[in-house]
Amino acid sequence: MEDNILLAHGSGGKLSHQLIKDLFLPQYDNPVLAKLDDAAKLRLTGDCLAYTTDSYVVNPLFFKGGDIGRLAVCGTVNDLAMTGAKPLYLTASFIIEEGLPLAALKKILISMKQASEEAEVEVVAGDTKVVEKGAADKLFITTSGIGVIEKGLNIAGANAKAGDRVILSGDIAEHGVAILVEREGMELDVEIKSDVAPLNHLVAQMLKVSRKIRCLRDPTRGGLATTLNELATQSEVGIRIEEDKLSIKEGVRGVCEILGLDPLYVGNEGKLVAVVDPEDSQSVLEKMRQHPYGTGAQIIGEVVEKPTGRVFMKTSIGGSRIVDMLAGEQLPRIC
Amino acid sequence: MKYIDEFRNRELAQGLIKKIVERSTRPVKLMEVCGTHTVNIFRYGIKELLPETVTLLSGPGCPVCVTPNETIDKAIALSREKDVILVTFGDMMDVPGSSSSLAKEKSQGADIRVVYSVQDALKIATENPKKKTVFLAIGFETTSPTVAVSLIEAEELGLRNYFILQGHKLIPPAMKALVEDENLALDGFICPGHVSTIIGQRPYQFLATQYKLPCVISGFEPLDILQSIYMLINQIEQDRAEVKIQYKRSVKEEGNPLALQKLYRAFQVSDSNWRGLGLIPGSGLKLRNEFKNFDVEEKFPIEVGEVKENPDCICGSILKGIKTPLDCPLFRKVCRPENPIGPCMVSSEGSCAAYYKFRQ
Repeated sequence: MEDNILLAHGSGGKLSHQLIKDLFLPQYDNPVLAKLDDAAKLRLTGDCLAYTTDSYVVNPLFFKGGDIGRLAVCGTVNDLAMTGAKPLYLTASFIIEEGLPLAALKKILISMKQASEEAEVEVVAGDTKVVEKGAADKLFITTSGIGVIEKGLNIAGANAKAGDRVILSGDIAEHGVAILVEREGMELDVEIKSDVAPLNHLVAQMLKVSRKIRCLRDPTRGGLATTLNELATQSEVGIRIEEDKLSIKEGVRGVCEILGLDPLYVGNEGKLVAVVDPEDSQSVLEKMRQHPYGTGAQIIGEVVEKPTGRVFMKTSIGGSRIVDMLAGEQLPRIC
Repeated sequence: MKYIDEFRNRELAQGLIKKIVERSTRPVKLMEVCGTHTVNIFRYGIKELLPETVTLLSGPGCPVCVTPNETIDKAIALSREKDVILVTFGDMMDVPGSSSSLAKEKSQGADIRVVYSVQDALKIATENPKKKTVFLAIGFETTSPTVAVSLIEAEELGLRNYFILQGHKLIPPAMKALVEDENLALDGFICPGHVSTIIGQRPYQFLATQYKLPCVISGFEPLDILQSIYMLINQIEQDRAEVKIQYKRSVKEEGNPLALQKLYRAFQVSDSNWRGLGLIPGSGLKLRNEFKNFDVEEKFPIEVGEVKENPDCICGSILKGIKTPLDCPLFRKVCRPENPIGPCMVSSEGSCAAYYKFRQ
């Protein structure tokens, strides 16, 4: 292991996984956490609670399609929703760098309020700390959230079975590219917006038509490729997807082509991957397409028995290749 | 998307593959020189679509991979200086030098900045007059003219705090070194599209005339690559050896004369040390006398310790196309993208990374 934290430890890929496995899990090892799903499920009596926490650091704070506030609410709501939970309450902690304009903070708080209203969750506790200039980058937000999982519902990363269909809720790579465009000040003819959105209502609609949704996950950091690899590893199955079934908005694809980024590894904040029993896959797909955050839903592939822990993709010209987990960061290339 | 989807069309690809299968009677070894070709051959699964008669070998056309450890060690040494801002393209960050990497130095506080264009380096130098901004100038003919332009502009602006650490290389002399290697019996070259956009078709002519090797300058999309393979096989089957341009939408016979003029205004040809290939005459660039002030090594001698490389790493042989990553004892076991031992694993354009990422 490295002596210092590298940026790649935060990329969501292999180094992030290694850091969690080697440093965090040994300290807090318990069966609830060890499942490594998006939120912890706490068994009380009767229903199950889902509980999760996430920190948000993004530069710039405001970007097309959202801001750090909307991100902090949606990210945690989505982590809860990915266990099938109905999100109820959030807490929010703010680490604020000295000098942040209050107007900016207010704008972010309003945006958080709007996002929580949309998701129908309440922010029930909070905390603020202000640190000296240079000790933080403008604003960091941590949100934790609690939701309730209906009795008998079992959605987890380890549940995928051979034959299941893999559904993706829409166009990929929008959030990551929107941030990059904003950060680099790239001037483009098309507007690229982050897809950041709360997905709990979409999940609720999906659950109305099927009880055979096995896994749900939002492909955030590390992108779709990393999420599919996580599911393949946790479920000990293989996953085959088709490149032609993936949809990417033209402007997003253009930026990826120019910068040499693989959109499969670029983060999303308003998309989900569902692994569904083949019998129910069509009805789930149709239901998703009726929801504003699922209009672009597609069956992108299926779960296969072998090779376990591996993701394959049929390429646009008919070849086949491995889709590995992101290692390190995606770096802009020389040429 | 226009100009992209047309070149990834499945029916057209299948048609080209059929033509290759029908035309190809003898076994051939073709080398794709450029790393972007290597990556796309893997990304689109092209190898498995080709008949058994066609073997594709990956060449030395990844600028990160052929940069010797010494250059990286120098960049690291410079980044440790308090008054230096080291500016680099992203894919140099993780390349291991003898004992560290730029990414590690950055995590320990060095001021290292990743840019998309050398123009950003110039901007950093202008905005930080009290610091020395050093651009790690790695790359082939594709990017070196842009560095030349930055130097010409810096000269006009009278910037005295902008420098480069020179590591540029030229592709055709390396191809000459490869064909003269007895271990490597090649039948043709898939020549790099972007390098050729600058240098044109003439610099490859000696390969066809003296060495009887057909060359096709290829674009990067899957249909470009398949068509180039077909064009090469067609020549081989007819016992012809010519330099042809497949990538006509970008490459002109004469290249880009303006870019070449700028390039050679700031630089002149020199010998250069390549990882794996060693010292190749006339394969590098050095600053002309009137631009010597921008050469960081000229102005501030850099001391680096003993240059070390992992003795088990076979990146050298891989860059020559003599071995594949599967022949390497470190591949997958020790050397992985998250813990790269050699540069072919670090660079997204490297053969080892492509094998690791796209093949079982």
